[in-house]
Amino acid sequence: MTSTVTRLPRTAALRDRLLRLAGAVTTPLLPEDYLDLIDPLRSGAALRGRILAVTPQTRDAATLTLRPGRGWRGHTPGQYVRLGVDVDGVRQWRAYSVTSVPGRDQPITVTVKAIPDGVVSTHLVRRIRPGTVVQLDQAQGDFVLPRPVPRRILFVTAGSGITPVMAMLRAGAHRDADVVLVHSAPTAADVIFGAELRDLAAQGAFRLVERHTDAAGPLTADQLAALVPDHLDRRTWACGPLGLLDAVEAHWAAHDRADRLHTERFRPTVVAPGEGGEVTLTRTAVTLPADGATPILDASEAAGVLMPSGCRMGICYGCVLPLRQGAVRDLRTGAVTTAAPGDGVLIQTCVSAAAGACDIEH
Amino acid sequence: MQNKSHNPIAHLTPADIEQLGKELDAIRDRVVASRGERDAAYIRRVIATQRKLELGSRAVLLFSLFPPAWVVGTAGLAAAKILENMEIGHNVLHGQWDWMRDPKIHSTTWEWDSVSPADQWKHSHNELHHTYTNVIGKDNDLGYGIMRVDEDQRWHPMHLGQPLWNFVNACFFEYGIAAYDLELGRNLKKGRHRDPGFRARARAVGRKIRRQVLKDYVLHPLLSGPSFLSTLAATFTANLIRNLWTHSVIMCGHFPSGVETFAKTSIEGETRGEWYLRQMLGSANISGSRLLHVMTGNLSFQIEHHLFPDLPSNRYQEIAPEVRALFARYGLTYTTGSLPKQVASAWWKIIRLSLPNRRATPAVEQSPAPALTAG
Ligand SMILES: Cc1cc2nc3c(=O)[nH]c(=O)nc-3n(C[C@H](O)[C@H](O)[C@H](O)COP(=O)(O)OP(=O)(O)OC[C@H]3O[C@@H](n4cnc5c(N)ncnc54)[C@H](O)[C@@H]3O)c2cc1C
Ligand code: FES
Repeated sequence: MTSTVTRLPRTAALRDRLLRLAGAVTTPLLPEDYLDLIDPLRSGAALRGRILAVTPQTRDAATLTLRPGRGWRGHTPGQYVRLGVDVDGVRQWRAYSVTSVPGRDQPITVTVKAIPDGVVSTHLVRRIRPGTVVQLDQAQGDFVLPRPVPRRILFVTAGSGITPVMAMLRAGAHRDADVVLVHSAPTAADVIFGAELRDLAAQGAFRLVERHTDAAGPLTADQLAALVPDHLDRRTWACGPLGLLDAVEAHWAAHDRADRLHTERFRPTVVAPGEGGEVTLTRTAVTLPADGATPILDASEAAGVLMPSGCRMGICYGCVLPLRQGAVRDLRTGAVTTAAPGDGVLIQTCVSAAAGACDIEH
Repeated sequence: MQNKSHNPIAHLTPADIEQLGKELDAIRDRVVASRGERDAAYIRRVIATQRKLELGSRAVLLFSLFPPAWVVGTAGLAAAKILENMEIGHNVLHGQWDWMRDPKIHSTTWEWDSVSPADQWKHSHNELHHTYTNVIGKDNDLGYGIMRVDEDQRWHPMHLGQPLWNFVNACFFEYGIAAYDLELGRNLKKGRHRDPGFRARARAVGRKIRRQVLKDYVLHPLLSGPSFLSTLAATFTANLIRNLWTHSVIMCGHFPSGVETFAKTSIEGETRGEWYLRQMLGSANISGSRLLHVMTGNLSFQIEHHLFPDLPSNRYQEIAPEVRALFARYGLTYTTGSLPKQVASAWWKIIRLSLPNRRATPAVEQSPAPALTAG
C-alpha cells in the first residue's frame, strides 16, 4: 500500500468526524441549514441554481441563464435538468432540456415555451426575475448523440422540441455529420432560435427545412418522407408534440427501422379526472385497485396494508406519504397532483384518491 | 356533548350547528385557495430571522464572562428558542406549511429544538389532543395526566400538590412534554416498560435528550473556553425562560375560565359541525401586540388554530375578526383576555382544583346536552 492510499481514508474519516461534530453543535438543524443562509450554491449544498438572466426568445418563449451550484456535474447535449420552482409559494418540479454547450464553470441555459395556463412555464417565461434561486437536479436523459457521431443525421422537431437538438447543434453535431433538421412552428416568427438556425443553415452547417403549420398544417409522415427522401437511412432524433411523435414512430416501425429512431416526449399521457386506478405501495410491494372516490388510505387498509394514519379527516398529516409516480386527486378540491418518475410529492392519503395508476412509497 | 350543568349551546338546533360548520368550512376554503407566495415568504423570513438570532446570540455568549454579553446573549437565545418552538416548530409539525412542498419546511422532515422527538409529539399532539380536544379521559392535555383541571375529574389527595407540580412542570416543560408524549406514567403503571414499542420510543427520547444536552450544556460552553460556566448558566437560563413561556402560552389555550370540557360519550358519532363547536368552546385566545402573537406561535389565536390546525399561522390573525363575528351571531362566548389575565385565570383554576369541589356535584351532570345528541 502506498502512503496516499492510507492517507485518503484518514482525511475522509477526519472530514466525517468534523461534520459529525458540527452536526452536534447545530442539532436539531444541520450545519447546512445555516450555511444555506450564506451561500446556497456552495459545494456540498443541495443542488440549486441562480437565475442570471431571462431573455425573450419568441412571443411566448424565453431563455433562462442559470449559474448552477458547485455540485453541478455538467451535461451532455440533449439531456435535461429538473427545475424545482416555487410558484405561488408551492414547489413545482418540471424538466427542461439544457440548450447550452457544456463547459466547465459555465452558466447553463434552458429555453421554455409558455403553455396557456401552464403553471411553471408561464411563470418562468413571464414572471421569474434574475436573482431567484431555483432547485436543480443533475442532468439526465439518453436523448443524446452516440460517440462517434453517426455520419448522417435527421432531426425532426416541433415547437419547444427544438431545445435538446439545439444543444447538439451548438455543440457542433454538424461538424462530423451530414445533418438535416425539419422543424415545425406555427409561423416563422414562432421558431425558437429562428435567427440562429437560419444563420447556421446559410453558412452551410446543415440543411434546414422549416414548416409553418398555421399556413401549411401539421407535418405528416408522408410529407416528411417526401422532404427527406433518405430519411430511413439516417439516424433520427425526434422531439415534439405527441401527435408528431406518434406519426413518426409508426412510420419508422412500419419500415422496420424503429431501432434508428430516438424520440423524446415532453409530457406524460394525461389522466381523466374522476377515474380511479391501480395504487402501488412500493416498499410494501402491494398493488391494489382503487376507485376515484375512495381515499388511498382506506383502499390500502382494506387490502390489509398497515398505513400511517391519524385523524382521517385531513388535518393532522399523520398519513402523508411520497407520491413517486402517477396522479392522485384531492377529494376535497378535486385538484389533481401528479408526479413524474423520480419525484416525491408528499400527499395526504386520507383525502387523496387515485387518479390513474400511481406509485406511493410505503 | 357539553359537560357542565349550564349549557352554552342549548339555544342551537342541529341545523344551526351544521350551518355553523358550513360557514367555518367556507372560511377555511377561502384561506386554502389564497395561500401563496406571501405566506411562503413569511415563514421563510421567520426561519431565517430565527437562525440568525440564534447564531448571533450563541456568538455573543462566547464572551459570556462579560455580564452585558451574558444578558444580551441569554435574552437573544431565549427569544430564538421560543420562536423555534412556537411559530416555527409547532406550526411546521402541524403540517401548516406542507402545501409548499418544500422538503426543508415539512411536517415529515422537521425536527425541533425540544427533547421530545418530532414524530412522537406529532402523534400525541396532532392526533390525540387536536382530535379529542378537551374530552375528559381522552385528551391528555387536560392536566397532562398529573393534574386535575376540571371539576368533573375525580379529586385525589395527590392533587393537593398540583400547584407545585405545575410549577416544576413549567420549569422543565420540554421534559414534561417528552414524558407525556411517551405516556410515561401510564405505561410504567401498567407495567408496559417491557413493551418493545414503548422501549423503542423511550430510546428515541433518550437519544434526543443526549443530543440536546450535549449541544446546550457541553459543546457550546466548551466553545466559549474561559466562559464555559457562564455560557452553561446562560443556556440553562434561556431554556428555563423558553419553558416557562411556552408553558404559560399552552396553559392559556385550554385552562382559563370560560373554557368548556366534554364527556367521552358526547363525541361518539360527532358531526363536522359538532367537532367545530367543541373546538370553539374548548379553546381560549390571548389578546396583545403583533410581537406577542409571533412569540406565542400565534397560539394566541388558539380558537382559530383549533378550528383550522393546518392553516398557516400568519392567517389566524386575519380570519380572527370573522370567526369572532360568527361566535357572536351564534350566541357563543369567544374566550379571550390579556396574557397576565389568562395566566392568572389558569393558575387560579389549578390552585382551586387542588382542593375537592366545594359543593357536592350530582353525578348526572355528565349527561350530554340534548341539543347535540339529537343531531
Ligand atoms: C424530458 C423533458 C424535457 C423537456 N424540455 C422542455 C424544454 O426544453 N422546453 C419546454 O418549454 N418544455 C420542456 N418540457 C416540458 C416541461 O417539462 C413542462 O411540461 C411544460 O413546461 C409545461 O409545464 P407547465 O407547468 O407550464 O404546465 P402544467 O401546468 O403542468 O400543464 C398545464 C396544461 O398544459 C398541458 N401541457 C403540459 N405540457 C404540455 C406540453 N408540452 N404541450 C402542450 N400542453 C402541455 C397539460 O396537460 C395541462 O393541461 C420538457 C419535458 C420533459 C419531460
Ligand atoms: S390521517 Fe390525518 S391528515 Fe391524514
